[in-house]
Amino acid sequence: MLGLLIKREIRLLLRRKAELLNPLFFFLVVTTMFPLGISPEAKVLSTLAPGVLWVCVLLSLLLSLDVLYREDFDDGSLVQLLMSGASAANIVLAKSIANWLFCALPLIVMSPLLSVMLHLPSDALGALIASLLAGTPVLCLLGAIGMSLTVGLRRGGILLVLLVLPLYIPVLILGTMLVSAASMGHSYLPLLLLLIAASVMSVSLAPWAAGAALKVSVSE
Amino acid sequence: MWTWFYKLGSPKWFFEMSNRWQPWVFGLAMIGLVGGSYWGLFIAPPDYYQGDTQRIMYIHVPSAYLSMFAYLMMAIASAIGLIWRMKMAYIVSVSCAPIGAAFTLMALITGALWGKPTWGTYWEWDGRMTSELILLFLYIGYMALHYAIEDTQKADKAAAILAIVGVVNLPIIHFSVEWWHSLHQTASLSKLEKPSIDEAMLWPLLVMITAFQVFFVAVLMPNIRNHILWRERDTRWVKEEVSS
Repeated sequence: MLGLLIKREIRLLLRRKAELLNPLFFFLVVTTMFPLGISPEAKVLSTLAPGVLWVCVLLSLLLSLDVLYREDFDDGSLVQLLMSGASAANIVLAKSIANWLFCALPLIVMSPLLSVMLHLPSDALGALIASLLAGTPVLCLLGAIGMSLTVGLRRGGILLVLLVLPLYIPVLILGTMLVSAASMGHSYLPLLLLLIAASVMSVSLAPWAAGAALKVSVSE
Repeated sequence: MWTWFYKLGSPKWFFEMSNRWQPWVFGLAMIGLVGGSYWGLFIAPPDYYQGDTQRIMYIHVPSAYLSMFAYLMMAIASAIGLIWRMKMAYIVSVSCAPIGAAFTLMALITGALWGKPTWGTYWEWDGRMTSELILLFLYIGYMALHYAIEDTQKADKAAAILAIVGVVNLPIIHFSVEWWHSLHQTASLSKLEKPSIDEAMLWPLLVMITAFQVFFVAVLMPNIRNHILWRERDTRWVKEEVSS
């Protein structure tokens, strides 16, 4: 069941390739603002880089969440899916997995390019990618909860940000701490393990909460 | 015991009961607040290091405690609402939010005022202050979500889910922020370390915490009654109640 749902999501996402590029461009553009706004000096940028990269990934992912339900909700197939007997948690999980594969993963692939532009020490690059790989599933799943709560609302966008960003804080803290530790030459394994733990926890709990929220939002 | 539980679920019963109890609870809260403040501000000894500045603690600590208590109560009421589909539980949960947010704001403001003379700054990215700020964000998110959904029943359920997600996240946020702080903060400002609080200060503090707790109930009850009147506005007893 889950496999079928994931296949469906991937097929639908691949038919709207242009939309998938938007978060990537957003990531690039917003990251460019920081050197312009603060300072182009390599020394300043390299200390800021972990935080800037993480915040930008976080915001790009937040933007990409809109793709999660919008089309399915507008054309009614979300209701049909829920009535088909598929469990709501499975639907959410499938959508989140597709969202991670097609929105988070491209961002992670692009992050080395931006980290060079922000003068992140090259030793920390591996840590950055590891932290993003471990942390972004949490962001996708927590975002799915927020999106499920706001899906039926006309102006859900800003509300989604209000609901979800406070919940993102632990991941942001762990992620930036990890990258900073690596760029100073410290060991980052404990932090990575914590991020992975957060991922495992959100994979096992968040789909249920998001599924329940989805049922509430879609029911008339 | 179960009849009591069912009664609690009836808005009409709660309305009448809380109407009768209101002056007593409010009076008790006032006695506690006035007495506790007098004890804390005039009788209790000033702090050895901070002098009279430290007396802000008698407002700050109870506010901070209640900001968390109100969130916990909101989440528990939400869970009861979702599990047993009790109307009253949702009403309690929704009524807790603005009060809890107000206590959070008060804790932040008194904390900032306390920080200026002792740490030399209004705002410090201290672990506790930061998590208190995030708690305020969570309250705002809850209220914004409830306000945004027009259908009350839907809003109740959606906000309830958010409250529960928030309460699961709260300890994680708290620990991550504390930890982040302890790693980032160099010893530019040292908090005054005290191994334990003296009994002469502890008792007025406990009185104030209890008084704040009662005050919370005293403010919560009118809020709940307002929600009951609005939600039950089509029933006969509310019409009679309002017209009389």
